Amino acid sequence: MAASSNPKKLADGIVSGRLPKTALDENFTDVHPPLDPHEALVASDRCYFCYDAPCVTACPTAIDIPLFIRQISTGNTLGAAETIFDQNILGGMCARVCPTETLCEQACVREAAEGKPVTIGLLQRFATDEAMQQDVQFFERQKNTGKKIAVVGAGPAGLACAHRLALYGHDVTIYEARKKPGGLNEFGIATYKTVDDFAQHEVDYVTAIGGIDIRYASPLGKKLSLDKLRKEHDAVFLGMGLAGVNALGLKGATPQGVRDAVEFIAELRQAKNKGRIPIGRRVVVIGGGMTAVDCAVQAKLLGAEEVTICYRRGQKNMNASPYEQELATSHGVTIRDWVQPAKLKAKNGQLTGITLEYTRLEKKKLVGTGEKFSLEADQVFRAIGQTFGDNESVLEDELKLVGGHIATVDAQGQTSLPDVWAGGDCIADGEDLTVTAVAQGRDSAEAIHQKLMG
Amino acid sequence: MADISNTFVGIKSPNPFWLASAPPTDKAYNVERAFEAGWGGVVWKTLGEEGPPIVNVNGPRYGAIWGADRRLLGLNNIELITDRDLYLNLREIKEVKAKWPDRAMIVSLMVPCEEQAWKGILPLVEETGADGIELNFGCPHGMSERGMGSAVGQVPEYIEMVTRWCKQTTRMPVIVKLTPNISDIRYPARAAKAGGADAVSLINTVSSIVSVNLDDFSPEPSIDGKGSHGGYCGPAVKPIALNMVAEISRDEETAGLPISGIGGITTWRDAAEFLALGAGNVQVCTAAMTYGFKIVEEMTAGLEAWMDSKGHKTLDDVIGRATPNVTDWQYLNLNFITKAKINQDTCIKCGRCHIACEDTSHQAITSMVDGARHFEVIDEECVGCNLCVNVCPVENCITMEQLPAGAVDTRTGKKVDKKYANWTEHPNNPSVVAAE
Repeated sequence: MAASSNPKKLADGIVSGRLPKTALDENFTDVHPPLDPHEALVASDRCYFCYDAPCVTACPTAIDIPLFIRQISTGNTLGAAETIFDQNILGGMCARVCPTETLCEQACVREAAEGKPVTIGLLQRFATDEAMQQDVQFFERQKNTGKKIAVVGAGPAGLACAHRLALYGHDVTIYEARKKPGGLNEFGIATYKTVDDFAQHEVDYVTAIGGIDIRYASPLGKKLSLDKLRKEHDAVFLGMGLAGVNALGLKGATPQGVRDAVEFIAELRQAKNKGRIPIGRRVVVIGGGMTAVDCAVQAKLLGAEEVTICYRRGQKNMNASPYEQELATSHGVTIRDWVQPAKLKAKNGQLTGITLEYTRLEKKKLVGTGEKFSLEADQVFRAIGQTFGDNESVLEDELKLVGGHIATVDAQGQTSLPDVWAGGDCIADGEDLTVTAVAQGRDSAEAIHQKLMG
Repeated sequence: MADISNTFVGIKSPNPFWLASAPPTDKAYNVERAFEAGWGGVVWKTLGEEGPPIVNVNGPRYGAIWGADRRLLGLNNIELITDRDLYLNLREIKEVKAKWPDRAMIVSLMVPCEEQAWKGILPLVEETGADGIELNFGCPHGMSERGMGSAVGQVPEYIEMVTRWCKQTTRMPVIVKLTPNISDIRYPARAAKAGGADAVSLINTVSSIVSVNLDDFSPEPSIDGKGSHGGYCGPAVKPIALNMVAEISRDEETAGLPISGIGGITTWRDAAEFLALGAGNVQVCTAAMTYGFKIVEEMTAGLEAWMDSKGHKTLDDVIGRATPNVTDWQYLNLNFITKAKINQDTCIKCGRCHIACEDTSHQAITSMVDGARHFEVIDEECVGCNLCVNVCPVENCITMEQLPAGAVDTRTGKKVDKKYANWTEHPNNPSVVAAE
């Protein structure tokens, strides 16, 4: 649509409907269309079936990748899905959102051989989609043990934990703060990575094993203390993620037009009509992680004219992978590194721009150089990391925290309490990755099972 | 520039690449397209005796096996000899030969094993001006049930008899096409020679069931739920063909008998290997049926380029050059000792060499060194078997290095003797002991 035919397209301020519905529908489709059966065969033929395969080592959930790819190549697609789900019951989501270019595909020997890894992520999606579309369940619940386990948070860690516990015959109750399950899979990931309500389908697929009861709108707090959970259950798994957001740390009042990127991403994911979501004409995103990229790209897809990611260190230090950075720049997002916010400019309480200061490393410490410049902006997004939020005060008297996260004492996520485990973003060595959260949830479930039954 | 023009049993062609008797040479239209594409000659698809034309199945005739990326490795067929009228074929052969005098035109024949049948058809073929005939004693399917094709090729006495009938009747060179579906290829070759054959051509297709449909349990290609064995060809059969060519080439009784090499030839390299083992020219089918006639351009250009790079001026410089190097196992030099060597710079660390050696061979390749994945040959265990080279996905990453004379083989603790020594004189050979 030409600019002249839509007056909103280049309107200043934060407005909705910059793009027509047809353009929005196109913009928010699958960023990586799935492989068709022929493409999957061609891709699977490239796998060398390595011994002690580096891709498996690189996968936090240690999926037997050579085996599942070989199963695809021989026409046993459902068998491939079983191989995947055996290690990672959220293999469908991981196939979509894993930064494979820094995990399995980076380790692929064909990356070493010719710079073109086997497309493991897409093959994983091919197999898991097939199983989930046919609604094939591979796991049967074992005999009921009579043990009750509380899982806090219905995100990747909690779901993976709950599934493994349910498999072993335990009764699991998930306490979820929101009114909908999925955690970051549902609220924290760009729409174009997980279309067609996939996160909800996946929750249904995972919980279909039985023995998992989800209670919504049940955050930890005064009504639902950890102590109460411990009294009513044989074990507790904490996988509530990070609910808070870091502040920019600037002096003065925050003008209208400043927003948390995670909230924006969540709103987009929940919105049936993307055209109703307002977006600035000139948008600045502060941060350097996946959230910053998800936010910036989607701002562009909503019709923002200029989108700039401002990151305080070098581009190489960004948590967003080079692939993600490229995704951003290919969508017209500008990435500026070595800059930090200095001041938000406003008129009548409404944001008009942002002043940034150049930065550099001085004796390994990041400092402002004193030189500043300004960008016009009608909207600024904060994507500078998440915090434990209210959960910190809720939990600090009950178990050991470290650096605002839950401290764990072993690789399986045991906390300072003998009957409480934790995993995912909320623990001190959480990695902000779905796949890591899944691995931690699964491994805690194994530990809980051992403890209760061993 | 190397000269790749070819003279085979007196038949001249601009290059040694003929199309084998098969579907691609069934009619003038295809053959002319082949000649336009640059093929040196054709063996016209087998003609049968006069009468009602042959009937083919009306369902699938071919089945295949594939490698990665669905690359066709083996093709199987149940098609019979030509199903076109004899006189239509003869007319077209005559026309095409007249139009393309510089190309070889051979006519493949298969008629019942009766003297009159053979002697009757030869004058008709001669009249076309064709350069020669090829006796189809090879087809393993269909016609063999009627006492023809490989049913003849499997009985050396019949081969000799029919060849003699033909030689008595025609001035044309007689090439006898052999079936590989036999235990020792030298016997039919000797019989052909005894019958007066000018040459043999081989191999025809290998009897095969290419696959089984696991839904309806029908062999494939499936005709209404049933299958019949077919003839297997394509890249997968090349090693079988090379061996049979070499066997005839080095057999004292058939030494010097011209051979037209057939079997899975897909590239110039394949062709050069057949020539080196004694084939005077080559015939191609599956490669053309997979990629079309244009592939001959790669074959001629590649053969010329290789000959130029090696200083071979004509095909005679190449033909049979590898034959003297084919020997019996007992004469292989047991003092030739090699060890595998992995180039760490090109190794991509797939680990296939390790697991192949560890699980199935000699436990001679590491998988982990100082806590890191690392694949290196353990000379003390390596018998030099070459399996690691064969399973490695990277060309030339693993090489077999010969231990020089005087070096110690750390596996046996013995010094490498520079002297040639084979099994016939080895102390462990009971025959040697018996002879003493």
